[in-house]
Amino acid sequence: MHARTETASDSQPAWPEEIFSTLQRFDVRQVPYVPDAGHSQLIERVLGSSTMRGVPLTTEEEGIALLLGAWAGGQRGVLLMQSSGVGNCINMLSLTQIFRFPFLTLVTMRGEWGEFNPWQVPMGSNTQAAFELCGVKVLRATHPEEVPEVIEAGAAQAYNASTPTAVLLSQRLIGAKVFVK
Amino acid sequence: MSKANLLDRRAVVSQLLKDRNGAIAVGGLGASTYDIAAAGDDDRNFYLWGGMGGAVMIGLGLALAQPKLPVIVITGDGEMLMGLGSLATVGVQKPANLSIVVLDNEAYGETGGQVSHTAASVDLVGVAKACGIADSRAITTMAEIEAFAVSLKEGSRGPRFANVKIDAANLERVLSNRDGTFIVNRLRGSLGYQPI
Repeated sequence: MHARTETASDSQPAWPEEIFSTLQRFDVRQVPYVPDAGHSQLIERVLGSSTMRGVPLTTEEEGIALLLGAWAGGQRGVLLMQSSGVGNCINMLSLTQIFRFPFLTLVTMRGEWGEFNPWQVPMGSNTQAAFELCGVKVLRATHPEEVPEVIEAGAAQAYNASTPTAVLLSQRLIGAKVFVK
Repeated sequence: MSKANLLDRRAVVSQLLKDRNGAIAVGGLGASTYDIAAAGDDDRNFYLWGGMGGAVMIGLGLALAQPKLPVIVITGDGEMLMGLGSLATVGVQKPANLSIVVLDNEAYGETGGQVSHTAASVDLVGVAKACGIADSRAITTMAEIEAFAVSLKEGSRGPRFANVKIDAANLERVLSNRDGTFIVNRLRGSLGYQPI
């Protein structure tokens, strides 16, 4: 198990940059997000981009409605959130079935792989099942080297086939959050 | 129960959408969708029959994707209350072409007329202002609706928010199309986009 630390001297992993490149290649324009430490590098990249618009949300379900509006207006988007936020989305995920619009979300996982905070476990344990109950296909990346191909597959099936898709980024990939006093 | 001096919802919506200048209209779950349908079906009407609390966010996604077109969200007080956070999100993005109109009858008309929070204590104009939507107002007359309709169709100087106290009478339902793929692809088609 490796642990995630949050000091400035950390060398940054390459996979967030690889995700950003793939999203660029798929012409993703709107990027709603609820912040998560695991997404912080990608969010910074999005906010610094001239072609993507980062849209901070108050709750994750807003992002699903935003992406429907974006698609209705001719733009693709992707929702960034963490596993606990998936529970906030349940009813709004109906939109993916009713409108069959290209829905892609990238979810950083908590509540698994050495989790310190028990409050993350209930939703983290049910994230995949919750998505599947709502008709969203689930892919998962656990190791850094598989991130590009998993993101590529997720984006392809979401944007080319309008198959609502969630890519789970494992806590093992991100590193368990370390709580220090 | 009807009170005096409240506006007629159908007259309000039909005035807002008259000569719409290409505007996209998003209707919230419930009677506001019937009001938009009653004003006349249009390729750029986006009807919601679910996704309660999502109307403003759908409008925001549209407004950001089509910054030159006026986008108007017409919803009810109950639907707006479920998505109050979306006003905070709009206040951060500040799309100039987005207008939000709440038809406030202080009740959940679709489910038996139970009173909503706006009947008791919630001031939606205050909420919108506090969320950073500077142009937020309460509208009480048709003359104000006419003026608001003109400014929203310019598609600039927004975002703007209006709360309109309307008569709570339940009007005959005017049922819009309910097929989401049809609604979204028809709108996309009118903007020059294909289905996937």
